[in-house]
Amino acid sequence: MSHATLHSRPASSLRGATLPKWFSWAVAGASAALGYGISAAAGLHSDIQWALIAALLFVGGSFAVSAKVEGRRQARDRTATSLVWVAFLLAVIPLASLTWETVERGIKVLDGYFLTHSMGVVADTEPGGGIYHALLGTLEQVGLATLISVPVGVLTAIYLVEYGRGRLAKAVTFFVDVMTGIPSIVAGLFVLSLWILILGMGYSGFAGSMALSILMIPVVVRSTEEMLKLVPNELREASLALGVPKWRTILKVVLPTSVGGITTGVMLAIARITGETAPVLLLVWGTNFINANPFQDPQASLPMYIYLQYTNGSEAAYDRAWAAALTLIAFIMILNLVARGIARWKAPQTGR
Amino acid sequence: MDITTQKPAAPPAPGPAAPPDAPAARGVTRPGDRIFLGLSRGSGIFVLVLMAAIAAFLTYRATLAISKDEANFFTSFEWNPSGVPPEFGIAVLAFGTVVSSIIAMVIAVPVAVAIALFITHYAPRRLGGPIGYVIDLLAAVPSIVYGLWGALVLVPHLDGLYGWLDDYLGWTGILEWNDGAPRSLFTVGILLAVMILPIITNVSREVFRQVPRMHEEAALALGATRWEVIRMSVLPFGRSGVISASMLGLGRALGETMAVAMVLSPSFTINASLLDPGGGTFAQNIASKFNEATEMGRDALIASGLVLFVITLLVNGAARLIIARRKEYSGANA
Repeated sequence: MSHATLHSRPASSLRGATLPKWFSWAVAGASAALGYGISAAAGLHSDIQWALIAALLFVGGSFAVSAKVEGRRQARDRTATSLVWVAFLLAVIPLASLTWETVERGIKVLDGYFLTHSMGVVADTEPGGGIYHALLGTLEQVGLATLISVPVGVLTAIYLVEYGRGRLAKAVTFFVDVMTGIPSIVAGLFVLSLWILILGMGYSGFAGSMALSILMIPVVVRSTEEMLKLVPNELREASLALGVPKWRTILKVVLPTSVGGITTGVMLAIARITGETAPVLLLVWGTNFINANPFQDPQASLPMYIYLQYTNGSEAAYDRAWAAALTLIAFIMILNLVARGIARWKAPQTGR
Repeated sequence: MDITTQKPAAPPAPGPAAPPDAPAARGVTRPGDRIFLGLSRGSGIFVLVLMAAIAAFLTYRATLAISKDEANFFTSFEWNPSGVPPEFGIAVLAFGTVVSSIIAMVIAVPVAVAIALFITHYAPRRLGGPIGYVIDLLAAVPSIVYGLWGALVLVPHLDGLYGWLDDYLGWTGILEWNDGAPRSLFTVGILLAVMILPIITNVSREVFRQVPRMHEEAALALGATRWEVIRMSVLPFGRSGVISASMLGLGRALGETMAVAMVLSPSFTINASLLDPGGGTFAQNIASKFNEATEMGRDALIASGLVLFVITLLVNGAARLIIARRKEYSGANA
């Protein structure tokens, strides 16, 4: 940032008095000690309380001293800086705790056995068992949802970017935006009312996939649209000028140019729906046994496995829930990292 | 993207199929083109049909339930759809959903904006990039994992905070703690705040990053401090972006299901104090009541889901309106 250069300039007669660099650290140290002292004297035992007192002392103290030496404007600047730092540290605590607890508690029972066995013969309160049935269900449901959403999503994006003008395109753009905001449980309720209550079909992995694809389609459309827009018009014009039909131009020029970005978008969309629990809970129902057929009978899925183990409430079940959560997060993180890798590797040359 | 409008004077496409006065690149006369256009337009229409079907089928099942409802659907505190006579209402759910989302927004928006500012303007450059990346990844953590963390890690750690709030703010009545387990709407709000923090931060950070360098340097040249630069050039430029980011977060908080269902201990009452366990939200109620529901019960849940659907549509629409109006006179695009 450009401010850094300004701040490191030597003090001149044009600038007022400034406090030395160690000032903030000194105030921080002093207020931490004082905050700890006060809470020890007052008999408070929560770590949060002395940290809070110390933070208040720090903000107030540096404002007072700085206002005296540097003037009100500088003092306000210092307060803003410390508030931003405090907010950052405040937000780090839960997010770091989430990551740490999941890894620490999840690693306990996560091993090869856990990944390759189902819960079929294990009572919920006993240790043992695994997530094989849930992994299988998740992969099948997400795979089916991807098979439905990618063609629909990519074709819709092609329509919007390459053909779309007029009322239909505007309506599609608007409703894709609306679809992005549909809560996952509402998507689940829709498939429930149509597929199960009205058409009388049973609970199955496929019913879950349909709800998941409702959530996935708008994400795919949005990201594909962005990627197609990045393809330079000169490429399309060059191809058309050679007499290539428009559909072949799209298939052979536009799509190959943007395939990296589209893949990234699809993978991020997959990562998003993999963790969806609510529609799966309504439509796939869940089971402790291995069911490899997504079109018939209840299946399991990883997020729902976590929920079922949590509601079971025994220590062994909690361990399994954390291990499954770690597996789920690892899967999603790997998808994310690979997607970003592809995006960087295959980024379209925009000529900038 | 529109080739024909960009090159109006382009020569007509070669080939005998195109009539001499046909606009260039419009080659829908070829069968391949016609099929491809049909497929892609068909997908677009499919999206529209899907949206219409969602609204239609939810409304259909909802009216089935509401027509049998003996209590007032909007004001009743009961939820007994399979009773004789069936009685159910959404007052408690609407209250819980709105209150927990408001708590989440009040906590998350200022913190998220501060983190976004931290990443773009305060953090050492080497730190800013990785932090942004990590927060990006945290936005992808599924809600069920947040729920598990909330129920097994956050809830046991909240006694201290609850006691403190009760000591100093208990007199207000709404923050009075009667020693129940901290599985209240307030806890739900905190958890939702943690969940929507990464999304709001990400979008705000993107917006702050796009602030024209000239605006900031002009403020610096006038002798502004860093905070004044932020107040005068960064925040005004980013306001509409921050609003739309918050609306995105709000939409997620309103529709959040599993995390709420795992943390809240639900009841069909509205408590005077936010710290007392009880209450419920639309999505949580659907997830918790679904397993034991009869067909009538399911229709009643669908009716409450329809209300949630409408609320999220309104929130998204409002966000869009705000952004559209801000764009006109922000001057940022100049």
